[in-house]
Amino acid sequence: MSALIPYIDEPHPVTGVTNAKLGIWLFLASEVMLFGALFSTLIIMRSSATDWPAHGSDVLNVPLATLNTVFLITSSVTIVLSWAALKMKDLKKFKLNMGFTVLLSFGFLVIKYIEYTSKFHHGHFPSTSTFYATYFTLTGLHGLHVIGGIVTNLYLLGPGSKMWNTEPERFTGRIECAGLYWHFVDLVWIFLFPALYLL
Amino acid sequence: MGHGEMTVEEVKKHVKKYYVVFGALLCLTIVTVGISYLHLPIFQAIVLAMIVASMKGGLVAAYFMHLIDEKKIIYSMLWLTLVLFAFCMLIPLFTLRGIQTYS
Repeated sequence: MSALIPYIDEPHPVTGVTNAKLGIWLFLASEVMLFGALFSTLIIMRSSATDWPAHGSDVLNVPLATLNTVFLITSSVTIVLSWAALKMKDLKKFKLNMGFTVLLSFGFLVIKYIEYTSKFHHGHFPSTSTFYATYFTLTGLHGLHVIGGIVTNLYLLGPGSKMWNTEPERFTGRIECAGLYWHFVDLVWIFLFPALYLL
Repeated sequence: MGHGEMTVEEVKKHVKKYYVVFGALLCLTIVTVGISYLHLPIFQAIVLAMIVASMKGGLVAAYFMHLIDEKKIIYSMLWLTLVLFAFCMLIPLFTLRGIQTYS
């Protein structure tokens, strides 16, 4: 147990989980409400806007977004495999899987950059229409979450991994929490993809 | 049992499940895109797309986030979140009813 913060690497006797894990779940619960409010707004906009495209695929690039979906789903698998590698005491395999996770996350951002620049090139900005305002707000906020995940995962892959030598249980807990966050980012995209690109 | 106390053998079993879920997620992604090419009426398209998205989300939450085997306190917290989320999703219904009444 850490001397500074209690129950950070061993379950709290009352809750049965570590404080770190309870903390990340509380954070994710607040994130559900943030994106819930935005999805709620999307439904209202979609139903009452006069200039909404008949299908998102008429104005957005579905093949690129599908590739992004594959990238995020694959990165969800690699991050959970990196946690499993630590449970099996295999730091090398952890680094390999976490490296793939970061690489796929960058791939996601590169594709988003291509999509955004294409839209700007054609004169489509958030101010263009209700559809584009909604599209840029939702994908932009999601993109910020991806960037947050990349920063965290890069730290855990690089300097943060030194903790494995001194406090392996605590480090494994950190990877578990980072993984929970990353799966949530994947979850949000799973709903954003059909809602914006396909309907 | 929480997955924090898993043995190496149990983790290996989980790894096999991760690959199966990965395959299922890829298949469901193809289904999601396929539905969009059917050009169904908007209501049917939304319902079908959200059913498939919920299946995908359920797989990620259950197996990758280990919610299939989690502690009671996490479930309690998530149920409360789900109730509030459902309320959030009901707001458009009331709002749209209002729009129809006054238009």
